[in-house]
Amino acid sequence: MMEIRFTLNGRAVTAMAEADDSLYTVLRGLGISSVKCGCETTNCGLCTVHMDGQAVLSCSIPAPRCEGHSIVTLEGLQEEAKALGGCLADEGAEQCGFCAPGLMMNVLALAKENPAATDEEIDAYLAGNLCRCSGYMSQRRAVKKYLAMAAGEVRA
Amino acid sequence: MTEKKFQPVGAGVRKKDAAALTMGKPVYTEDIAPKGCLCVKLLHSPHAHAMIEEIDVSRAQKAPGVACVLTYKDVPDVRFTQAGQTYPEFSPYDRLILDRHLRCVGDPVAIVAAQTERQALAAMRLIKVSYKVLPAVLDPMEAIDNETIIHPEENWRALVPSCGADNKRNLVAQGVDEQGDIEAELAACDMVIDRVYTTKANQQCMMETFRAFTRMDTYGRLEIVASTQVPFHVRRIIATALDIPKSQVRVVKPRIGGGFGAKQTAVCEQYPAIVTMKTGLPAMLVYTREESMTLSSPRHAMRMHVRLGAMKDGTIRAIDLHTISNSGAYGEHGPTTVGLSGHKSIPIYTHNMKAFRFAWDVVYTNTMSAGAYRGYGATQGLFAVESAVNELAHALDMDPAKVREMNIVREGETMPAYYGEIAGSCAIDRCLARAKEMIGWDEKYPAHTMPNGHIRAVGMALAMQGSGISGVDTGAVMIRLGDDGVYNMAIGATDMGTGCDTVLAQMAAQSLDCSVENITVHGVDTDTSPYDCGSYASSTTYVTGMAVVKTCEELRKKITRVGAKLLGIAEGDALFEGDCVREADGERSVSLTEIANAHMMAGVEDISACVSSGSPISPPPFMAGCAEIDLDPLTGEVKLVDYVGVVDCGTVINPNLARVQTEGGLMQGIGMALMECPTMNERGRTVTNSFLQYKIPARVDAVSVRVEFEPSYEKTGPFGAKSIGECVINTPAPAIADAVYNASGVRVRDLPITAEKILLGDRE
Repeated sequence: MMEIRFTLNGRAVTAMAEADDSLYTVLRGLGISSVKCGCETTNCGLCTVHMDGQAVLSCSIPAPRCEGHSIVTLEGLQEEAKALGGCLADEGAEQCGFCAPGLMMNVLALAKENPAATDEEIDAYLAGNLCRCSGYMSQRRAVKKYLAMAAGEVRA
Repeated sequence: MTEKKFQPVGAGVRKKDAAALTMGKPVYTEDIAPKGCLCVKLLHSPHAHAMIEEIDVSRAQKAPGVACVLTYKDVPDVRFTQAGQTYPEFSPYDRLILDRHLRCVGDPVAIVAAQTERQALAAMRLIKVSYKVLPAVLDPMEAIDNETIIHPEENWRALVPSCGADNKRNLVAQGVDEQGDIEAELAACDMVIDRVYTTKANQQCMMETFRAFTRMDTYGRLEIVASTQVPFHVRRIIATALDIPKSQVRVVKPRIGGGFGAKQTAVCEQYPAIVTMKTGLPAMLVYTREESMTLSSPRHAMRMHVRLGAMKDGTIRAIDLHTISNSGAYGEHGPTTVGLSGHKSIPIYTHNMKAFRFAWDVVYTNTMSAGAYRGYGATQGLFAVESAVNELAHALDMDPAKVREMNIVREGETMPAYYGEIAGSCAIDRCLARAKEMIGWDEKYPAHTMPNGHIRAVGMALAMQGSGISGVDTGAVMIRLGDDGVYNMAIGATDMGTGCDTVLAQMAAQSLDCSVENITVHGVDTDTSPYDCGSYASSTTYVTGMAVVKTCEELRKKITRVGAKLLGIAEGDALFEGDCVREADGERSVSLTEIANAHMMAGVEDISACVSSGSPISPPPFMAGCAEIDLDPLTGEVKLVDYVGVVDCGTVINPNLARVQTEGGLMQGIGMALMECPTMNERGRTVTNSFLQYKIPARVDAVSVRVEFEPSYEKTGPFGAKSIGECVINTPAPAIADAVYNASGVRVRDLPITAEKILLGDRE
């Protein structure tokens, strides 16, 4: 066991971890329930969080690498995520909701990186976020609406 | 009749749980498990068929943190089925929680429970097992009367022997349904398409794997919190498996991360349950994705022999279908899934049909047990029959749309191959016409070459399903009037992401003329929810929906009665108007709030209603699907360019949710058609055990999926509604197979349709 210190959703935390624990395991241990595990092979995108502002798969980050870094999960972005959550809900696109937090985190990253993304760019950016319920079309509609809304807010 | 103030039916309202789900709230099984739950892990059989000769768990039991290690010596010798079906189940009672006789790779050998996952896994490595390896039956075609008997045990039981089960012959079910003289009709036909089609054991791949936690509650009863579609069935299954009274089990369903039928089988609940029974401690089992891919409840792999007889003008006169279904090591859903392969495919071509025969064999093999997956046999049967219809069109040099227009069932016709039911609501003709328009069929059929040498081609298919299991499925709904006139609705149907909590609330709001927000919904707890068989067989909207309507009718009467009493008038002189009860020919009224608050004082009268509903028929939803593909003739690579689906699900209760159901079902069907290829090695081990090997569609795999509705009106359904959940998965495989044929001349009859099969296939 080792002690790891990092910033979680803006607050300094100290967590105990084994050397081979992933950030995902540590976050669940800290009571962060928005991160989900849908595979063991880095395919599904359900565990996406932001590390120093970048979207990463928390299952692929060895916990010790977080020492001194800033980690943000959906719990830390409740206000920012509300509009996007509303766009998904208006399409019925969240369905079972299990993939939603990972998707939300990646879309929020997309909105910062490429706010004027085309359909192809949206699909490519989010390709690592699997969803078995929706068939993706409703999610694409929701993300487009959200990006347009976010762009409008920036202009206004 | 006064004008309605609210019109919730037909509105695309948000799901009631949307905010919690999108914002990552702790609402799923693992999120709400008590702290300090034991971690339960399973030791799996490495062999497809073996007996445990010796098993030594003494070292494992002494390992740090271990609470218990259980083997076949520790479980009740009572056989049960994991299939979530109404009792008496068609699925044979052929399982023990742990068995000395191991029947497939992955079959559980031991259960380990420890304080942490690391400790459980470390202890598992200390278990010593010696196996006597037995010859394995891996090929379903060699199963019947094989000298290797997979279930020789004396306490094997078929509760419904009429389904033709015979464990001594490796038979889970066998039967035939027919009308007319099939051989004579086929002989009289100008042409018979005689083909064999096969489908594989596809995985549902819901994002949340199987999981459950268990604990002893305040009253000393076993509480199971499970990600399940069938809480009431789980109560019975676990009580049977543990050999305890059903009164000692309570099942709670939190939010579920997808099911698609997978969770219509109690795949994992018994393992933490027996740990809690033995130790008294809370225990949780979360399947890994690998376990979910290798020891779960996938689609039944089927081999379908179709003989389709037609005249030169294209009229279809006879269909003969023989299905062989691989149930795997256990019989879950085996006797029932197979039925849909014929009963939900042949009836589409009722119009000119003179005779049909549908025969089936369902067999045990030493492979993973199959279960329920959206479509439930219809998907397999429709791949075969719809492909055969497409092949007929090509053989006659006719447009497949024309062949269908000539032969499809018309509204009002009796369907002999669908238990003699009448197609009381049927817009399949309109679905077909609209799908053709949307894809641009007449301009695009069959194919054209692009400037880059790729070939664009189109293909089509039709589908039907049911709406619940006729004469079996039951749903009850309870609604109580609460403070200030809010309605508390309790249901036993299980929302697994589909939105049925919301759809049922929309129906209640429509019936009670209030806003959807005025209906609170409570999910399933077998101690408090009214009985519902669960959410499967496309039953919830139609069966439980009708229970909502009936419950509301009764509740309106009660509210009116109390309102009349408060107004001091006769019940017959009072009118229910949603927010009040009014004097029929006067001005005076009493508000719903006043009525609600009055009934909570001095025992005036309880205002609640609970009505159960079932249906003697199962009205089919219908659908047409058209695919447009882009095929690279140099590599055989297929890209789906566009897919259109047009659905007749009766009245659309919530267009947003119905649309997403359709888009999602189509995408699963597209995955089944083009990429999902469950594969076993020669020793019976599933090698497609992760998302690296078992590829499901990502969002880059389908550029465009477009959906429209062509509603009919089903008079036996709530507000004219039928079902939608399953029908929508059925068209992609046969439609894409025909598009591939139109592009390449290669007919793929064995799913999935891969580049290799196209490139190496024979051109016809």
